[in-house]
Amino acid sequence: MEALKQYLDLYTAHRDLIDSHSCAPLNLLRDEAFRELAEHPLPRKGSENYEATDIAEMISPDFGLNIADVPLEVNRACTFRCAAPLIQSHLLVVDNDTINIPASLSEQLPEGVELRSLRDLGREEPEFLVKYYGSLASIGNPIVALDTMLLRDGICLRVRKGTRLERPLQIVNILAAAAPLMAVRRMLVVIEEDAEAKVLVCNHTQSVDLDMMDLGVVEIYVGRGAMFDYYEMEESTEKTRRLSALYLRQEESSRVTVDSMTIYNGTTRNEFHTHFAGENGSLRLLGFGIADSNRSVSVLSRIDHQVARCHSDELFKFSVDDHATADFTGRIHVAHGAVKTEAYQSCRNLVGSAEAKVNSKPQLEIYNDDVKCSHGSAIGQLDPLQLFYMRTRGLDEAAATLLLKQAFMADVIEGVEIPTLRERLHTIVEQRFAGTPTGCLSNCAAHE
Amino acid sequence: MLKVKELRAEINGKEILKGVNLEVRPGEVHAIMGPNGAGKSTLSMVLSGNPAYTVTGGEAEFYGKDLLAMPPEVRSHEGLFLGFQYPVEIPGVSMVNFMRAAINAKREYFHEPPMSATDFLKMMREKRAVVELDTKLASRSVNEGFSGGEKKRNEIFQMAVLEPRLSILDETDSGLDIDALRIVAEGVNKLKSADNATIVITHYQRLLDYIKPDFVHILYKGRIVMTGGPELALELEERGYDWIRNQIDGENEGKEA
Ligand SMILES: Nc1ncnc2c1ncn2[C@@H]1O[C@H](COP(=O)(O)OP(=O)(O)O)[C@@H](O)[C@H]1O
Ligand SMILES: [Mg+2]
Repeated sequence: MEALKQYLDLYTAHRDLIDSHSCAPLNLLRDEAFRELAEHPLPRKGSENYEATDIAEMISPDFGLNIADVPLEVNRACTFRCAAPLIQSHLLVVDNDTINIPASLSEQLPEGVELRSLRDLGREEPEFLVKYYGSLASIGNPIVALDTMLLRDGICLRVRKGTRLERPLQIVNILAAAAPLMAVRRMLVVIEEDAEAKVLVCNHTQSVDLDMMDLGVVEIYVGRGAMFDYYEMEESTEKTRRLSALYLRQEESSRVTVDSMTIYNGTTRNEFHTHFAGENGSLRLLGFGIADSNRSVSVLSRIDHQVARCHSDELFKFSVDDHATADFTGRIHVAHGAVKTEAYQSCRNLVGSAEAKVNSKPQLEIYNDDVKCSHGSAIGQLDPLQLFYMRTRGLDEAAATLLLKQAFMADVIEGVEIPTLRERLHTIVEQRFAGTPTGCLSNCAAHE
Repeated sequence: MLKVKELRAEINGKEILKGVNLEVRPGEVHAIMGPNGAGKSTLSMVLSGNPAYTVTGGEAEFYGKDLLAMPPEVRSHEGLFLGFQYPVEIPGVSMVNFMRAAINAKREYFHEPPMSATDFLKMMREKRAVVELDTKLASRSVNEGFSGGEKKRNEIFQMAVLEPRLSILDETDSGLDIDALRIVAEGVNKLKSADNATIVITHYQRLLDYIKPDFVHILYKGRIVMTGGPELALELEERGYDWIRNQIDGENEGKEA
């Protein structure tokens, strides 16, 4: 309770200040979130769905919150430079949790694509925000409750009916401050009927030596016949903690990819809650995590097949070394009426040391017979015969190991449908396994 | 170039090689024959340094150096090549990247700079021609989805790329139809010179019609029990492995009695 108390107290003491820097639709849900947190103890580590996550511990450092929205000094020119050339995208850089959408970016976007801060949206078009904000994310989830209680501002992407956003929207989130900070983030994505868009979110931490918290909730609505790809990449630091919950609702015949990549991190929990609301929807939920040292990555997914004839394909891969841990809980729920469901789940893990740990827990709940479902989970080491074969061709053990680890991640990277990002990811993963700083971080180091 | 003396080795606590003696000189072709389970593959694995096997006695010298003390990659750099009886599939590692890494590792060992991209591609093209390897295979993952014949050709292709001084080809002929066998054998013959040597491990005499051995050894129960010229292979073909079994086991029984 102690860990949570500092946030509850902060809220009680500064509620008006928080409200004044936000907007009515966001302020509307705070009290309920507060009550939820005040009345229910945080789930203990080891309890169901929290096998590897100690939320209380994660939020226990004395994080500052920028509730008064004061500009923090962020050396963003650097990240801006690093991220921009990677892929052809519409780029938005977010310092901590201060949303600043430049006019130049809004003007770049095609007609029918709107990118706004939640605060602006709440002031200009409150009924739209009220309709969507918080209607997917469950306030019973402590991540959602904490986020909802403390949220000041966030981002909304709306792609109107039949509109196609050609280039991906790339959001570069940066955590940077002079003292430990919790960034409270929120994203709302509304892809209307027959619309199409791709989003790439890169999460970075610049303040290497400080405890940092990235708290975030994403709500995604994908309309009938629409197509949406959401890629999310974490390239943070060992002292970064991340609590993230993504909620997705798909209408009839929509096609969605959600891909979550943890390249460098500290302690991460990523949740995915997806829901088919119309028939013939299809979802690919992909992800990988690479962890060494004392890092830990934890994924919780719940794919909900409520209606008939939907297809979900889930693949997660983790590679752990040293004392790192990876934890996967994947629940697929197929309701009684959801006939002709196809749901596939796979979690593969590579364990590189005796102290590294992997937990993989598939949970299939199927309430009708007319389905095709499968799940598989594998935990293994590199194949000694493959290693030997490569060594007989002259590769030393380190080089062979590197190639095999990269190869292990190859299929999940191949699932990325932005070609330039896919190419870049192969390189990033190679650099990651080789122990060299990847992309942005290496460039930034040069500026220091 | 290779001197093997009284080599003993075990795997999972089971002794397989029980004192193997073998000497190979540049320009020579040796054939090692023997029934299934005799230890032929074990010998090839031990000579190329598979860490799953433990050497329990004897020695092996390669150009005057202690072969058994070298890690597998150094044996490769020093000019030893093993064509696997069962080539290993490595999904996710492309043949091209694999060969580039192999070539450059060897160059690094000899303090040479990495090969330029153009030279590398040119070399790959030339070497592919040696075994008529399909261009498409080079861009695929190592051995993944290759047919049995393609895998064996791919072994000879890698041998061509690495230009070893001593090649051990472990049943490169098994599972090949007659055309594939000819291509593989011709490939091996093209790569033959006065400076390098080949050990072909085979179960059947037919490969030896294409690759003419100077010596034929018969490995049985972890030991070379007979050595002769090409005529030994023909005799073995005619009389079958029972001939060896009767002769050797009979001899031992006689001794024991
Ligand atoms: N991993 C292993 N553990 C125990 N015994 C093995 C292992 N691999 C091979 N052997 C045994 O070693 C013997 C020799 O095998 P091998 O060298 O493959 O023979 P060959 O190639 O002559 O057919 C066989 O009896 C086989 O059963
Ligand atoms: Mg064999």
